[in-house]
Order: sequence, then C-alpha cells, then structure tokens
Amino acid sequence: MLRYLLSRLLTFVPTFFGVTLISFAFIRVLPGDPIIVMAGERGLSEERYQELVRQYGFDKSVFQQYVDYLGGVLQGDLGASFVTKKPVWDEFFSLFPATLELSICAMIFAVALGIPAGVIAAVNRGKLPDRLFMSSALVGYSMPIFWWALLLIILFSGMLGWTPVSGRMSLMYFFEPVTGFMLIDSLLSGQEGAFRSAVSHLILPTIVLGTIPLAVIARQTRSAMLEVLGEDYIRTARAKGLSPARVNGVHALRNALIPVVTVIGLMVGTLLAGAILTETIFSWPGIGKWMVDSIFRRDYPVVQGGLLLIASMVMIVNLTVDVLYGLINPKIRRR
Amino acid sequence: MSLLEVRNLTVEFATSAGQFRAVEGVDVTLDKGEVLAIVGESGSGKSVSMLAVMGLLPWTATITADRMAFEGRDLREITPAERRKIIGKDIAMIFQEPMSSLNPCFTVGFQIKEALRQHLGLDRKARHNRAIELFEQVGIPAPEKRLNVFPHQMSGGMNQRVMIAMAIACNPKVLIADEPTTALDVTIQAQILDLLLELREKNGMALALITHDMGVVAETAERVAVHYAGQKVEEQPVAGLFGRPYHPYTAALLAALPERATSRILPTIPGVVPGQFDRPAGCLFAPRCAHASAICQTRPPLPRGADEGHARCHTPLLPDGKTVAAPIEEVSQ
Ligand SMILES: Nc1ncnc2c1ncn2[C@@H]1O[C@H](COP(=O)(O)OP(=O)(O)OP(=O)(O)O)[C@@H](O)[C@H]1O
Ligand SMILES: [Mg+2]
Repeated sequence: MLRYLLSRLLTFVPTFFGVTLISFAFIRVLPGDPIIVMAGERGLSEERYQELVRQYGFDKSVFQQYVDYLGGVLQGDLGASFVTKKPVWDEFFSLFPATLELSICAMIFAVALGIPAGVIAAVNRGKLPDRLFMSSALVGYSMPIFWWALLLIILFSGMLGWTPVSGRMSLMYFFEPVTGFMLIDSLLSGQEGAFRSAVSHLILPTIVLGTIPLAVIARQTRSAMLEVLGEDYIRTARAKGLSPARVNGVHALRNALIPVVTVIGLMVGTLLAGAILTETIFSWPGIGKWMVDSIFRRDYPVVQGGLLLIASMVMIVNLTVDVLYGLINPKIRRR
Repeated sequence: MSLLEVRNLTVEFATSAGQFRAVEGVDVTLDKGEVLAIVGESGSGKSVSMLAVMGLLPWTATITADRMAFEGRDLREITPAERRKIIGKDIAMIFQEPMSSLNPCFTVGFQIKEALRQHLGLDRKARHNRAIELFEQVGIPAPEKRLNVFPHQMSGGMNQRVMIAMAIACNPKVLIADEPTTALDVTIQAQILDLLLELREKNGMALALITHDMGVVAETAERVAVHYAGQKVEEQPVAGLFGRPYHPYTAALLAALPERATSRILPTIPGVVPGQFDRPAGCLFAPRCAHASAICQTRPPLPRGADEGHARCHTPLLPDGKTVAAPIEEVSQ
C-alpha cells in the first residue's frame, strides 16, 4: 500500500510541472496588458509604466520569467496578487472553504439522490421509473448550467421568494470565520436564524452544481447495477431466500459501487469547473469566482497559483478515490 | 404426496433470435429421502429446469407448468415472500459455477452466516459455530480462519465446498445439486457425496443430483432421469436403466461409457443436439437415432408408461437392443 501511494505520488511530478507551464502560458496568451488593466481608466505615464514593467519582471525574457516563477513555486511562494497585494496562498485558503462547502453539499446531493435513482431504475429496467429517471438524467446532463440556475432563481427566489439570490449569508448576521464552513460557523456563532440563513443560501447553488454529477451518478449506477444483477452471485443471494431489498441493496449495490466510486472521483474536476460558473451566477465568494475575476483583471500570479492549487486538489482527491477504491474492492485490497 | 412434484414444465427464453425453448414438458417427482439423478448432454436443460423450480431464472424466461408443487403447495400460487421462506431453507441448490457464484465483495463467512440468519434466526455466536461446523463437514481445513476470507483468495474447489456448505446450512428437505463435485478431486468428491447421502439418512433429505458421471449415478442414485434437448426422454430406477434402457438415446449414452466399450474405440453418438433453428418436427432424437422410422420424423412421441421407462419414443428398444416397428394404430393416425 505504501509503495503504491509513493509510486502514485511520483506520477504527480510531471503533472505538476505541466500545470505550471500551462497556467503560465495560458494567462500570457490572453490579449491585454496587466499593468494597463491595473491602472484602469486613469491610465499612467510612460515612465511609471516602464518602472512597473521592471518591477514585475516583464522586461525579462518569457523563459526567464517562467524560471523565476517556478523557482518561487518550488520554495512554496506563489507570489502576491497584483490587485490586492496579498499572497496568493492566503487568498486561496481564505476562499477555498466556501468552494469546498458548496462542492461537498453538491456531491452529497448528487450521491444521495443519484445512487438510489440508479438502483431503482436498474431494478425496474424498462418500466416507468427507469424511463422517468433516465430521461430526467439526460435532460439534467445536457441542460446549460446558467440557464438551469436562472430558471431556479426565477421560480424559487423570484416567484416563490423562498431562497436568496446570492451570497452565503444574510447581512443581518456577522461572525468571525472559525472553520470557514458557513454551516458550521453559523451554528458555532449561536446566533438565532444564522444556520437557517446559511442553509437557504446553499440550496440553489447546491442543486445547480449537483445536477450534472447527479445525472452522471444515476446513469453510472444504473448501468453498473444492470451488469451486476446478471451475475451468478446475485442468483446465489436470491437462492438463499433473501428479500429483494437485501439482494439489490446489499449484494448487488456493493459490487456496483466499485465503478461508481471511480466516476465520482473523476467528477471532482468537473465539479470544480462547474463551481466556477455556479459561483459566478450566485456571487458565491469562493475560488471559482476568484479565478474568473482575476482572469478579467489579468492578475497573473492569482491565475497561475490558483490553477496550480486547484489542479493539486484534484490530484489529491483522485488519489484518495483510488485508495477508497482499494478499500471497497477486496480483490485489490489484499494484493 | 410427493415432496416435490412438477408436471409438464416448459421454459422458454426470449432471445434476440426469438423464443428459445430450453425445457419442454418435463416432469419431476421427488419423494422424501430419495435420490434422483438427472443426466444428459450439455445444453439439455438440466440446470434450467431446476432453476425454474427454484424461481431463479432471469426475467427473459417464461415458465409454464401444469403443476409445480412443494409439499402439496403450488410454488406459483403463494406470495413471493412465502416462496422466499421455502427457497434457501426447504429447497436449496448447489450451483454449477463455483467460482462466480460467491459474491466477491463479502467474506465467505458473511455469506454463509447470512443464510443462517435469514431462516434459522440463530444468534451471532450460534451462527458462528454452525458455520464452522458446516465448513468442517464439507472438508474445509482451518474453518475458523477461512470464515474471514474472500472468495477470490480461495481455489475453485474451496469455493465449491463453501457453496455446498451454504446449500446444506439450513438442513433443506430438497437439495438440488448441479454437478456439485466438478471442481473437486476424486477423494473430496467421494467425501462430499458421502456427506450428502448421510444428510439423506439423517434428515430424510431428498437429493436431485445433476451429473455427467455415470459412475456417481450408479453408486448414489435410486432413480435416473435422462434429458435430451430440453425433454425428459426416459426415467427409470437406476438398476433398470443400466440393465434395460428403453430409449435409444439412453442406450447410446450408456454405450458411450468407457467401461462398457467393447472395442478400443469408444462409440459416440453421431450428429449434434438440435439447436434453436433446426428443431425436428417429430422426435427430437430422430435425426441421430439408428432406429428412427417414418413416424419418428413427423410425430413427436409422447412419454410411454412406467413399465417402459416413461420413454419418449415411438419404437422403444427390446432387451436385445433391437426395436419393434411402431404400432399400426399410431402410424395410421
Ligand atoms: N439465460 C438464458 N438465456 C437464454 N438461453 C439460456 C439461458 N440459460 C440457459 N439457456 C439455454 O438453455 C439450454 C439449456 O441450458 P442448461 O444450462 O439447462 O443445460 P445443462 O443441461 O445444464 O447443460 P450442462 O451440462 O452444460 O450444464 C442451453 O441451450 C442454454 O444455452
Ligand atoms: Mg447445467
């Protein structure tokens, strides 16, 4: 197991360098000069411009700039934002809990609904529940996120007035972040109504972000279940006189989960991509919105550092999923 | 009243090429403490007919029967919940495929204890002890340790023994054993068969034994049913069948046994079992039968009386291995 972990960590190395290179190149091929953007509508004098160019090292060759950047990264220095002057590292970790909270909620939403839906569809293959769930999944999967979000906002925020439209917390409440997770912090604060407010802010973004994973998980669960249900050991389970709930929910699902967990792991990347859009729509103060804003501001260090950290997160999550995969699949565990 | 009574069982599968009849008009009768052997070439519907009794066929299967009763109750008329109380407890089955019949995600201990909990309501400790006892009975070494092992960590033979232990866990009244000893070596094979016969002595368990091994049939069975292309073509007490087969297929099957061969070359049955698309209009065995006459090609034979081994044959064999011509009134019909 340890050797496996080490060998997997080793494969991170080329990925890591690849991401630094791509993020470095990506922001530079975008048209627009960060110094001009920073100066805004006021503009700035030629001397001041040259001074800033030297200060940020833009007078050096691109190669040299990359080497400098990489040197910093390897020492754990991701640079500071051009705009706020705060270290990228600090900004990332002050905003990351918001994204994490939203992503976890979306994933729980997707798993909690997707797996039962997939099981029910597979057990009733070809019948009404199957058709209903699978056509909904297809719609959910192919619907544009922003359109879906607007639809929900119009219905639940506009017409029914049940949920707020943006942010993480009503302005009525204020408390210092402890964990960074609004659901936990609001409870810790002890302020009445704060938790309710946190929940109501989370509902729509969770649904919007969780819809595609929900559709993918439901479909994957269904097809994995269908495959497993034809296996000889399911026949054995039925031959013991076990109830259908136990046969499907224990004997079949346990095996079907193996491919489903892989898909869930692979979806973490998709989820972060979706988070960028969702956070922008709901003004959710997380890293998705932070990245979009910094791209518009041509905030080089933030874009580079943010992408690198996001990529690292995805790699770590994928590794965790692989380990988990070994835990639920006995055939791998003992080897 | 028979313990198990199946009349005119037919099973059809929906396949992409249309309906496929895997079992046709099969009768099974099993009394308390009786051993019935079911023999026949591969694909003759032995497993499918028994799976139909267990209610374990996939949804593509259509099962029809005049009667399918256990202890006088028709299995198709009781609720699924009632049927589940019988399946696994009173009627149990050992499957043909030991390697794929155990769930790879659970330890074998979990899987055998599950059967015990389902039907016997034993507590944890009692289940554990019973599981160990069962493993010992089927000859699994170090049973206590084996309980915590996953199926893929054991050999096919060990899996087979676990399957057997699971099937006999609740002391079934009827045990259907589908080639239970294929994955086992000869000594273990004998030990398992002895165990099954011992359970018959002790509990009056009835045994339906599907096998290819005529030696096993001769040693263990009381009655033998011969299947061909989904039909039961003959059924006789074991001595009668070996001594005087009525159906030419049975005779050919016996002649193909190595120990009965008179020359150094084993006689084989020419031709192949009819498939889905070349099912003969008359007797299913007619294309391969040395004694087939005109009527055999056109009219499917009905089972004859018990005195002629229930043989599905127009021209059953005489003691000298020849046949009489089909009776006149049958030809003229
Ligand atoms: N699920 C299924 N769908 C379609 N056809 C099936 C299915 N199961 C079995 N069959 C067919 O039914 C026929 C009888 O199969 P069965 O397994 O009963 O044979 P068998 O007598 O047990 O043979 P063997 O000695 O090889 O075990 C075969 O032709 C087989 O292909
Ligand atoms: Mg078989």
